[in-house]
Amino acid sequence: MAEKTIQLEVKRQASPNAEAVWEKFELEWRPGMNVTSALMEIAANPVDASGKETTPVTYDSNCLEEICGSCAMVINGKARMACSALIDQLEQPIRVQPLTKFPVVRDLAVDRSVLFENLKAVKAWVPVDGTYDLGSGPRVFPQQQEASYPLSNCISCTICMEVCPQFNEATGFVGAATIAQTKLFNAHPTGKVYKEDRLRALAGDGGVQECGFAQNCVEACPKQLPLTEAISDVSRDVLIQKAKDFLRA
Amino acid sequence: MAAPKIIVVGGGLAGLAAVIKIAEAGGNVDLFSIVPVKRSHSVCAQGGINAAKNLKGEGDTTDKHFDDTIYGGDFLANQTPVKAMCEAAPGIIDLLDRMGVPFNRTPEGLLDFRRFGGTLYHRTAFAGATTGQQLLYALDEQVRRYESEGKVQKYEGWEFLSAVIDTAGVARGICAMDLRTMEVRTFAADAIIMATGGIGAIFGKSTNSVVCTGSAQSALYQQGVYYANGEFIQVHPTSIPGEDKLRLMSESARGEGGRVWVPRTLGDKRPAKSIPEGDRWYFLEEWYPKYGNLVPRDVATRAIHKVVYEHGLGIDGQPMVYLDLTHIDRETLNRKLEGILEIYEKFVGDDPREVPMKIFPGMHYTMGGLWVDFNQMTNIPGIFAAGEAEYQYHGANRLGANSLVSCIYGGFQSGPNALAYAKSLPAQQGDGGHAAELTRQKGLNQLLLSNQGTENPFKLWRELGDTMSKNVTVVRINKNIETTEAKIEELLERYKKVNLSDRSQWANTSFAFARQLYNMLELSKVVAIGARLRDESRGAHFKPDFPERNDEQFLKTTKASFVNGAPKIEYEDVDTSLIKPRPRKY
Ligand SMILES: Cc1cc2nc3c(=O)[nH]c(=O)nc-3n(C[C@H](O)[C@H](O)[C@H](O)COP(=O)(O)OP(=O)(O)OC[C@H]3O[C@@H](n4cnc5c(N)ncnc54)[C@H](O)[C@@H]3O)c2cc1C
Ligand code: SF4
Ligand code: FES
Repeated sequence: MAEKTIQLEVKRQASPNAEAVWEKFELEWRPGMNVTSALMEIAANPVDASGKETTPVTYDSNCLEEICGSCAMVINGKARMACSALIDQLEQPIRVQPLTKFPVVRDLAVDRSVLFENLKAVKAWVPVDGTYDLGSGPRVFPQQQEASYPLSNCISCTICMEVCPQFNEATGFVGAATIAQTKLFNAHPTGKVYKEDRLRALAGDGGVQECGFAQNCVEACPKQLPLTEAISDVSRDVLIQKAKDFLRA
Repeated sequence: MAAPKIIVVGGGLAGLAAVIKIAEAGGNVDLFSIVPVKRSHSVCAQGGINAAKNLKGEGDTTDKHFDDTIYGGDFLANQTPVKAMCEAAPGIIDLLDRMGVPFNRTPEGLLDFRRFGGTLYHRTAFAGATTGQQLLYALDEQVRRYESEGKVQKYEGWEFLSAVIDTAGVARGICAMDLRTMEVRTFAADAIIMATGGIGAIFGKSTNSVVCTGSAQSALYQQGVYYANGEFIQVHPTSIPGEDKLRLMSESARGEGGRVWVPRTLGDKRPAKSIPEGDRWYFLEEWYPKYGNLVPRDVATRAIHKVVYEHGLGIDGQPMVYLDLTHIDRETLNRKLEGILEIYEKFVGDDPREVPMKIFPGMHYTMGGLWVDFNQMTNIPGIFAAGEAEYQYHGANRLGANSLVSCIYGGFQSGPNALAYAKSLPAQQGDGGHAAELTRQKGLNQLLLSNQGTENPFKLWRELGDTMSKNVTVVRINKNIETTEAKIEELLERYKKVNLSDRSQWANTSFAFARQLYNMLELSKVVAIGARLRDESRGAHFKPDFPERNDEQFLKTTKASFVNGAPKIEYEDVDTSLIKPRPRKY
């Protein structure tokens, strides 16, 4: 081919129990492309590098601007968001595969509902009395807002869980995202009424104690959440809570 | 009698707001969404949410907010509901604040407000540069709370296909498809609320998210719901041109002092920062001294178009102009705009704190939508709508930061109204039309799966987007719109030959997309024909051949109904009972 092309390899799997196979694609290069636009290109012309017809790749995406958290996958060995993975910044052939710690639905789409379940377990919400007009909220100084805001930026992409050596079936670890949300809600003037419940939920197996301080999460998080700080703060609070509960018992 | 069952379709701000109200009032809710609700398009909103809290000592009032909204919408919005929304807005901000939204604060710990387009007041509350994300999460968390209490059942990964309507013409539920198993089934409900967002995808590339196809609205229009003001499409003046989408550069960039300019001479090859003030043309500031860079979106969009296409002054001859923040210090920029500046950095590769950004207008917001009455109910009893999917609050042009408030307000209205409606609903006759609708939808699926032909749905979609963007956005000329209408007919013909390269019945995204595409094509006709027939210029709708607003003929809501396979357009009077229409001059 005369024009510049992109070499892309995609790990495909037709269904949760099907065998996975790698498929090679060669696509026309255009400036400003990213991995999701390359996958769209395949959908519009589902032919592999050898010219054989294939099917469009199944993957999750929505916002295409790294804010909805849908498109996490492993690209050239690194867990990251596909919509912000610029083709020009990737070594070729670009190898794309699904996250490895979550059940594959099909191709690059995986089931990450475990995170939403974890958020339920730690009551990641502010228990307001109701939606009727009760006047203004509690005063919050800018310093506190500046501390909460970064934690509130978590897009539930689960990359911190994917890259964590402790996140596996053996430990049942909840993962960094849930712990960060615990810190967020425990710091909120109203949210903190559930502080003890949240800490207890993280006190047993699969809780904060599973963290091995590998620090992979904080490096991989696309939203730069201060995850190690959150984990150590919450770990400390869990210990204090355990001590209190022990004395009370 | 059992508690009424309400189905909410869509888990953006509007849908979640509706769910919360219903659950709080003791109703049962089934919540359907294509994507996990936390990943809805609402997370994309950056700039903020409007409410006249008057915390800056400027004498702002809800009446002024009301007037700005009506005037900004060029008097096409019904005034009674808009007034009610503006009055409710300060309470909505307080509620969101109580729910834990990390709004930016003043040193005294109060809510901070910024200025947005189309107003002279600091009326926009914001949470960094990710306001939509923060608001959506707050509502998502409340819904998760109700879900854990068993009051809400979520169906994430399910796509709404159609409403189930009984022989008396009353809604009795929905038909939906599981996007993993591809199972199609119907769900019973006493009322349904549609909160399925905007229709950006019919323009191909836009600032909207992937699932904003308008497919659900189109399906309902084809079932008999009116689609109102379809021709009113907002093109945002400042988007970042991209391969897969147009990423928004929020109006807050201008709200915080960003200036739009081009070099005064074509082909000026100097790096932007080295071009002296005297050689720069700040055309918005020159043309609109009062509002400057913060004129409403339609005005800014047309100005940029004019500079690029009439004056021929786009940067390097390309359709792009500068949006410049480099005169503001880094620290302020990081504190107030970090999120949006990161987007630019990440997707373009330049640092906007150092280099002026290159931007161009892009399709952004759907003012039109499902027709609803003042109770948020469509013309089919039992089908309600809220959020960007309906038409009610923004008239011919939406003001920045007014959408988030209209979504939440509309959701808050529709929830209790649907519940009240459901409580007095007589029992259905027979099966309420469930079996018939299921058969119809399965038939449509079968047809598509067994199609033989050569057309690829994604390619047809690109062609649709190209023709819609070219002829039915910023500048509209009847002759060109007719070209687009003919093109849509051609695409509908070719659609019959769509060949799915994937016929499997598991997580088949191209199959789901092909279904949406048909609905997009039908809805595009509504937009194009509505635009052709409205021979005037109003808000976002601009026709050089009819440059004036024509109140006598067109101070009217456009209503499209699906008759014999084509849109039948009729017009309805607008409620102007509170503010007398006056010329819109910024
Ligand atoms: C980049 C960007 C920035 C913006 N910034 C601002 C701002 O600063 N201030 C402001 O006021 N407004 C802003 N807006 C506008 C605002 O974000 C949207 O109008 C608003 O979020 C729409 O919310 P919604 O609840 O109506 O729909 P959405 O958030 O779009 O949600 C739609 C929901 O419907 C579901 N859905 C769709 N179709 C189906 C189907 N067939 N079956 C099942 N579920 C379906 C989706 O899964 C989703 O859950 C911005 C818009 C964009 C694009
Ligand atoms: S903490 Fe970071 S990596 Fe983990 S889910 Fe949230 S955004 Fe993703
Ligand atoms: S598509 Fe939303 S994060 Fe990539």
